Amino acid sequence: MKIPILRLGRILLSSIQIDLTDTDALQFQNDLVCKIAETEALGVAIDITSLDVVDSFMARVINDTASMARLLGAEVVICGIQPYVAMTLVEMGRDLIGADCAFNLDQGLKILNARISTRGDTALNWGDDDATNRTV
Amino acid sequence: MLQTGPSERLAISNMADIVSARGIVRQLAGSIGFGLADQARLATAVSELTRNVMQYAGNGFCEITDTSDIKEISIQVLVEDHGPGIGNLDKAMQDGYSTSGGLGAGLPGTRRLMDKFAVESEPGLTRITINLIRQRP
Repeated sequence: MKIPILRLGRILLSSIQIDLTDTDALQFQNDLVCKIAETEALGVAIDITSLDVVDSFMARVINDTASMARLLGAEVVICGIQPYVAMTLVEMGRDLIGADCAFNLDQGLKILNARISTRGDTALNWGDDDATNRTV
Repeated sequence: MLQTGPSERLAISNMADIVSARGIVRQLAGSIGFGLADQARLATAVSELTRNVMQYAGNGFCEITDTSDIKEISIQVLVEDHGPGIGNLDKAMQDGYSTSGGLGAGLPGTRRLMDKFAVESEPGLTRITINLIRQRP
């Protein structure tokens, strides 16, 4: 099962819409981390609005993926955790999700854009490969 | 003799069975009146326990039973395998303890999510029973 990863300028978007097996989750982690390196993405938004269950394994995969992305140099936001998923995760144990989160994809993108623009290393370029927006 | 409702027994022998088991328990929980949060608790608990089966024993089964009565809605899940057993049960119930490089959140987390949690384990037989019980409105 391949989870699509979309590129929007220097941001990658991915939405997990189905319940993943452990193998699928690890495959997604691998695909996403490779894609971040390949595209030198500055930001990554992972939308999990459709996930009804996030157990300790999935939580760990999400956390690890966020840490890996940060090691490469990308900002990460997890978007759309369902309220009952949040309750379950906290009841299970503290700190199961350590990554930054946002209500939805829209807010997630705003957070990413704000963060990238204050980093000062590279301006966000929404055009494809046109360098005119790069101001640094 | 405890009177129980319909029961579903699922073999756990590959990764996809974990996904089906948590889907089935969530569906059953919804159909007998558990809310979304309780459905998530049950599905998560079943996911943790069936993953342990896969990880430590290779295969086993999961039996989901509607144990509701006139006063309360209730689901019982039995997860059983014939693997090596849990070596140190006290430690396995502590947060952060894992013999497999995991987070060590599975068993203690599951216990916190459920109303009842019983475990018996010896080499060749591990049996964990969980219950989630809610008063009928």
